[in-house]
Parts: sequence; C-alpha cells; structure tokens
Amino acid sequence: MHIHALDAYHHRTSLIHRLDGRVKLVLALLLIVSTALTPDGAWPAYVLLAALALGVGVASQLGVGFIQRRAAVALPFALAAVTVVFSTPGRPLLTARVLRWQLALTDAGLIRFVSILLKSWLSVQAAVVLTASTSFPTLLQAMRSLRLPRVLVAIAGFTYRYIFVIGDEALRLMRARAARSSAPDGEGGASVFWRARVTGQMAGSLFLRSIERSERIYDAMLARGYDGEVRSLRPPVLPPRDILVALPFVLVLVAIQVLARVSW
Amino acid sequence: MLFSTVNPSPSPMHIPDGFLSLGVSLVCWALAAVGVGVALWRSREALGERQVPLMGVLAAFIFAAQMLNFTVAGGTSGHLIGGALAAILLGPWAGILTMTTVVAIQALLFQDGGLLVMGANVLNMGILATLVGYGVYRGVMAVARGRRWGIFVGGFAAAWGAVVVASVACAIQLAFSGTSPLGVALPTMAGVHVLIGIGEGLITVGALAFVAAARRDLLEPAGAATGGIRWAVLGLVLALAVTLLAPLASPHPDGLERVAEDQGFIEAAQDAPYEIIPDYVLPGVPNEALATIAAGLVGTLIVAGVAFAVARLRRQSSS
Repeated sequence: MHIHALDAYHHRTSLIHRLDGRVKLVLALLLIVSTALTPDGAWPAYVLLAALALGVGVASQLGVGFIQRRAAVALPFALAAVTVVFSTPGRPLLTARVLRWQLALTDAGLIRFVSILLKSWLSVQAAVVLTASTSFPTLLQAMRSLRLPRVLVAIAGFTYRYIFVIGDEALRLMRARAARSSAPDGEGGASVFWRARVTGQMAGSLFLRSIERSERIYDAMLARGYDGEVRSLRPPVLPPRDILVALPFVLVLVAIQVLARVSW
Repeated sequence: MLFSTVNPSPSPMHIPDGFLSLGVSLVCWALAAVGVGVALWRSREALGERQVPLMGVLAAFIFAAQMLNFTVAGGTSGHLIGGALAAILLGPWAGILTMTTVVAIQALLFQDGGLLVMGANVLNMGILATLVGYGVYRGVMAVARGRRWGIFVGGFAAAWGAVVVASVACAIQLAFSGTSPLGVALPTMAGVHVLIGIGEGLITVGALAFVAAARRDLLEPAGAATGGIRWAVLGLVLALAVTLLAPLASPHPDGLERVAEDQGFIEAAQDAPYEIIPDYVLPGVPNEALATIAAGLVGTLIVAGVAFAVARLRRQSSS
C-alpha cells in the first residue's frame, strides 16, 4: 500500500479544472466568507448558495457523490454545536427534564443550529472542489501570487513533497509492528500504556530518519547550487476568460448577500 | 478505506468552517499571523538557508507521525497530535512553523479543519500548544537541571498541557462565536482532551526516550542551557491568558440574542428555563465574571504549583 492515493487532486478536463488557480482560490474563499456572513435563518440565501455550490460541483465533473462523501468530514463536529438548540433564548418548542436540568428546545436555538450546519456543509464543499480540481503545486503558486510569505509557501511545498516519502516510511513502521504482534483486531497486546509507549518509540525513530533525510536533502540542494532562495516560475498572465467566469460568480454572491439582508 | 487508515480519528480540535463567526475568525487570523511572522523571522536567524528543507521535511514528519496509531479500547485508537513534541525536538519557533504547515496541509488536502477558520486552528494547535508545551518543558528542565528524568516528566507535562490549552482556546472561540455556550463547550472540550492529553503525553515520552537513547545530542541544542525560566514564564502567561479570556466569552451576546432582543421576544424567552451553565464560581466573590476569573486563576496556579513541587521533590530525592 502506498500513500500516493492520498493526493486530493482528481484529474479531469472540466471548466473548473481549467480555471486559473488564483481565481479558484479567491472564489472558494469568497464563497466561504459569504456563507459566514449569511444571517441565521435566511433560508432563501442558503438555498441559493447551495444551488451555486451544487452547480460548481456538477461543472467540475468530480461527481456529486464524491463531493458529498468528502463534505461529510466536518459532520462529527456538529456535536460541538448541538447545545445551542437548548441554550439560545427563544420560544420553547419542547421542554424536558434531564436529571436536575430543565432543557428547553427553542425555535431560535433550532434556527441557529441548522444555520451552523448549513454554513459548514457549504464551506466544506467549496474546499473539496477547490482541492480536487487544483493540483497542489498550482495551489501553492496561487498562494504565492496572493502575497503569502514566500518562505511559508516554500515550506508547504516541501512538506507536500515529503509527506508521501515519510508517510510511506510510517506505513512501513506500522507494517513491521503488525508483523511482529499477534493481537487480534481491535485489541492490542499488553497494556494500553505499553502500546502508547511503543507508538512513541516509532515516532522517535521516524523523527531520526526524517531529520537525517532532511540533512541529505539539504546537502543535495547545496550540491545543485541552492543559495537559500527558492526560485519559481513567474505566474502566467491571468487569462481574460477566467475573469469573465469569475465576475458573474462574484455578482451572484453579492446578490445573495443583499437578498439575505433585504428580506430579513 | 485508505483515507481512514491514514487519518484514523480526526482530532476533535480541527474546527471546520461555519462553526466560528467571521469576526472571531479574523481576530484569530491576525493573532496567528503575528505568531507565525515572529517564528519565521526567528527561525530564519537560527537556521539560515537550511530553514526551508528542514522545516518542510519535519512538517512532513509530524504529519506522518500522526498516522502512527495504537488501539485504546473498543475499536477506538489514539494517535499523536505533536505540538509539544515538535517544540521540544525543534525549539519553539521551528515548532510553530512545522505545526502551522501541518494544520494548513490538513485543511487544504483533507478538509480536516476549515480555510476561513484556519487562523484559529493555527493559533490553537500551531502556536498556543507549541509555546505552552515548550514553556512547561523548559520549566521542568530548569528544575531538573539536565537530569534524565526531566526529559520524561517535562515531556509528559508539556504534551498534556499543550493539548488541554489548545482545547480550552478552541472552546473559547466556539463560545465567542455563539456556536456553543461556554458552560458546555469548556467542560466537554477540556474533559475530552484531559484524557487525550494522557495518550499524547505517553507517546511524546516514548518518542523522547527513543531520541534520548539514540541521539542524545538532538535533545540538547545549542543555547538550551539558558533562558529556560523565561520560556517557562511565557508558557504560564499564555496559559493564564487563555484562562482569563474564558469568562469574557460567556456574557458575550451572540448575533441571535441581539435579534431576539430587537424583536422583543426576549421576554418570551424569560420563561425558557436555561440553567445549563453549572455554577462553578468561588464563594464570597460577588461578581460572577470576576469569580470565574478568580477560579480559573487559582486552578492554573495550583496546577503549576503542583508540577513544580513534584519536580523539586524529585530533584531532592535523586541528588
């Protein structure tokens, strides 16, 4: 098993894939900011945003099922918000006694909770489409053109490159541990403290292998003339067609925000 | 499925988009930018042109080390988060950079944590966890005076403290955003992470033991002999700052309450019995917010005091 399957990029030739990385990054962020700005309970605005996200998803040819599966990642976190249903003041819809607490499910609380879930669901979809339709080097180049610190972007580029190398190393360590251990699935041998310590020792071993590898990489870079400056190609000129695609998208987002405020 | 093997249990600390308000997200971005900026500058001074390859590969290491998991009980598994380990092995500035990169890549590639709220995740797991972990470690090491047990006691306490402080910060951000009342978010987040922190501590100690046995020189970087107390104080100050912020988050009215007030159904809400916030306040202090601050202060000082007392006793018995 190799870790390469982790790469989030899915090759297609859709309109979304062909958009410039900078345009895509900015549009995805704008969509996320727009959902964050949408007031709780402005349902028409949420429906429009969902239609927009769905439309982009379909246009990306990634498959709606794929996007929805990946978008489920954030669902467990909903547990962290579920208590707003009871703690937001509003008209009680349902009351119950739990131990010594009187819990009241309020209308305002329910609106707040559903709104949080919708915001999260819409934002994750934007992020999924962005990363699945943009290769990581393109994304890094976009971040560089958007004036993120060059050093930070260079570090992220290295990390992405070596995740696969060191990730494979970690999988080999785990395979070696599994080969030496005979515990049935779901149950480890010895005590949980022992298992945690063994895992720690594997992490220590991985650290030494990584730091030694980083020294070899640095030597190899020096040998090739590295002088501390990470050079990259100049980003291509923004194609006018991409701006033509981006403009209506931004206008629709603005219109949704106006609508959300006027009718509420 | 490969995804689940590689990313066994996304930590409950990676906040997704939608759960923080725009204001809280932007404030966290600003704080994170300051922290990462300082870390970039200081590590550049220390590492020079080695900065990019070293930080890049070590961020990949933290990422891969998070994949190493072990079964706990009943099908659940534990794995490393890594903030304190990164700080101890690499120093605080390089630790911040590697953890920030890990958080960013997790959000970009796996949607494990959001993009707009990335500032908050970087602040919690990249900056607060790293600095508090490092402060605790250096504090214990200063007391241990370079004896071997200091590495293990310090490593465990650092890892535990880093995880708990990050979870408290996360609860505060959720409360400020009106996503979860502090009276619920704080005890649940902190409660879960008090347990996760034990696993984190054990793994961190295991890793440090291995490095101490194989390459002791890596645990004693140049200049580590001085300034330990300053780092310990910084860690304590940060932990206290997070504690002090907590009570401010609870009376903060969220957007909906304001709407409720404007529309006049706040009166209708009066009869909604709302007693979910447990009254863990100090007796004898009239103001509730003040009492909560005092309780938090006393708690933090007690924990710090116990840690140092244990370390001191340990030193006397071993010398």
